[in-house]
Amino acid sequence: MSKTATKKAVSRSEMTKLQWTWKEMKRNWVAYVMVAPFMILFALFTVLPVLLSIVISFTDFNLLEMPNFVFMQNYITLFFDDDIFLLAAQNTFVFAAIVGPASYLMSLMVAWFINELDPRIRAIVTLIFYAPSISGQVYLIWGTLFSGDAYGWVNGALLNLGLINTEVQFFKDADYVMPLCIVVALWTSLGTSFLSFIAGLQGIDRSLYEAAAVDGIKNRWQELWYVTLPTMKPQLMFGAIMSITSSFGFGAVVTALCGFPSVDYAAHTIMHHLDDYGGQRFETGYASAIAVVLFAIMIGANVLVKNIISKVGQ
Amino acid sequence: MAKKLRTRKHKVVLNRSAGGDAGITFLLVLLGAIMFLPMVYVVMQSLKPLDELFMFPPRFYVMNPTFRNFKDLFSLMNTSWVPFSRYIFNTVFVSVAGTAGNLLFSSLAAYAMAKIKFPGAKFMFETVRTSLMFHATVTAICSFIVMSALGWVDTYWARIVPACCTSLGLYLMKQFMETNVTDAVLESARLDGSTEFKTFWVIAMPMVKPAWLTLIVYSFQGLWNSGASIYIQSEELKSFNYAIQQIVAGGIRRSGASAASTVIMMLVPITVFVITQSNIIETMGSSGMKD
Repeated sequence: MSKTATKKAVSRSEMTKLQWTWKEMKRNWVAYVMVAPFMILFALFTVLPVLLSIVISFTDFNLLEMPNFVFMQNYITLFFDDDIFLLAAQNTFVFAAIVGPASYLMSLMVAWFINELDPRIRAIVTLIFYAPSISGQVYLIWGTLFSGDAYGWVNGALLNLGLINTEVQFFKDADYVMPLCIVVALWTSLGTSFLSFIAGLQGIDRSLYEAAAVDGIKNRWQELWYVTLPTMKPQLMFGAIMSITSSFGFGAVVTALCGFPSVDYAAHTIMHHLDDYGGQRFETGYASAIAVVLFAIMIGANVLVKNIISKVGQ
Repeated sequence: MAKKLRTRKHKVVLNRSAGGDAGITFLLVLLGAIMFLPMVYVVMQSLKPLDELFMFPPRFYVMNPTFRNFKDLFSLMNTSWVPFSRYIFNTVFVSVAGTAGNLLFSSLAAYAMAKIKFPGAKFMFETVRTSLMFHATVTAICSFIVMSALGWVDTYWARIVPACCTSLGLYLMKQFMETNVTDAVLESARLDGSTEFKTFWVIAMPMVKPAWLTLIVYSFQGLWNSGASIYIQSEELKSFNYAIQQIVAGGIRRSGASAASTVIMMLVPITVFVITQSNIIETMGSSGMKD
C-alpha cells in the first residue's frame, strides 16, 4: 500500500478527477471490504426502509393486495381529513418541544453542577441521574406512585391530608395524562447527551479558566458563557441530536402508563398514530405517509437546533 | 481585576461565590431526590409484604422486608407455557450475538472511515450521522417489509442482524479512533508490511479499549431491555423482558411480583454501567460534532 502511495503523488496531476478517484478506489480496496458488512446492513435496515416509506406513501398498499399509485391522496387525507392525526401532531409538538429542551438543559445543568465535585462523588451522582434511562421498564413505578386507587402514593397522601375526597384517576383523566407523561419522560431522559456533557466538561483544559480569570472573568456564570460553552460546542451539538431524537421516542412510555389509545387521545402522538395504522390496521401506504411526515419533522427539528447551537458564544 | 485573584502555589484560584455554591448544591440535591426516590421506591415495593403493599395511607419505607415477592415471581415463572429458561436463553443469546456482531462490524467500518482515506468515506459517514437524527420508529414498518422479503420474520436473525449495525456505535467508535489512534503508529505498521486487517486488530483496537467497552455496554443494554418485537411471533423466540412483563401484567394482585421483576431487570444494566462508567465517559470525550 505504501509503495503505491509515492507513485500516486507523481501521477496525480496528469489524471482527470474521475480517473484519480478510480485509482484511489482500487488502491484502497481493502477499506471497502472493511466497511462492507456495516454499510450493507445499514443500507438494508435503515436507508432502504426510509426510501421504501417515501415510495409506499404514494400508494394504497395494505400488505395483501397489489398497491395502486394514489399520488398525494394519503397526505391529503392526513392533513385535511384525519382529526386524530392533527391532535397527535399537536401532542407530539408539545411533547417534543418540552421534553427535548428541558432534558437537554437538565443534562447540561447537572453535568455542570457536578463538574467540580470529587471524582468519586461525581461518579455516584452520575449513576443516580443516569440510572432511570437504562433501567428498562422502571418508569412503571410512576404508575404505582400515581395509581388511581388509595394505595397509590400520591392519592394516599392527598386523601390523608384531606385535600381530596375521592381518588384522582391520574392516568385516566385527559387533564393529567400529558403533564404526567412529560414528567416521566423527563425522568428517563438523562441519557447519552448527559454523559457526553460530563465528558465535554471534564475535557476542558483548566488553564483556559485560569487565563480567563486573569482576563477578568468575574464569576462562574461568565465563565460558563464565555469559556465553557464555546469550548464544548461539539458536545453541545452531539447532545442536541441525541436529545431531540429521543424526545420523539417516548411512545412506549405513554402506552405503558396510559394504555392505548390514551383517554380522549390526550397523549396520542404521531408515533402512536403510526403504530395504529402500520402495526394494527395494516394500512401500510397511509402509515408510510405518517412515517414520512414524522421523518421530516425530526430532521427539521435537528437542522433548526443545529443552527441555533452554532451561534453559542458568538 | 487581577489584584483580586489569590494564588496558591502558582495556581489561580477561580472565583466561586458561596451563594452560588449553596444554590447549586440545593438544586442538585432537589433534582437528585426526584431522580433517586422513585428508584428507591421500586426496591421498597419489591420488599414489602402483601399487607404493606395495600396499606392506607401508603408508606414509603418497608417495615418488615421480605423476599416473598421474588419467590412469587419465580413460582409464576414456573407456570409459564414455554420453560422460562428458554426466554432467558433467548435474551442472552440475542444480546451476546448482537453485541459481538455490532462490535466487529462497527469497529471495522469505523477504522476504515477514520484512518484510511478512500473515496466515499465522508459520504458514508455523513449518511450514518444523519440517521442519528431520526428515531427507529420511522423505519419500523418498512424494516418489517424488508425483513419479510428476506424471510427472517420469526427467526433469531430478525433480532440479531439489525443490532449489528447501530449508527451510534459506529459514530462513537469513529470519533474516538480519530482522536486516539495516531497516524504515525499506523503508518509505521504499514511500512513494516502489516496488512490493514492486521493493523486494525493488533494496533488500533487495543488503543480504543474505552470505545469498544462503551459500544458493548450500549449494544447490550439495548438488547437486554428489548421486549416484544414486531418480528417475533413464536412464543419460543420471545425475550425474557417480554415474558416477565406478561406474567406481572396480572393487575393489582401482582404489584409485588411486578416490582420484584423490575428490580431484577434493572440490576444488570446498572451493574454494567457502574463497572464501565469511567471508560464510557472517556469515550464520550470525543463524541462531539465539529460542524
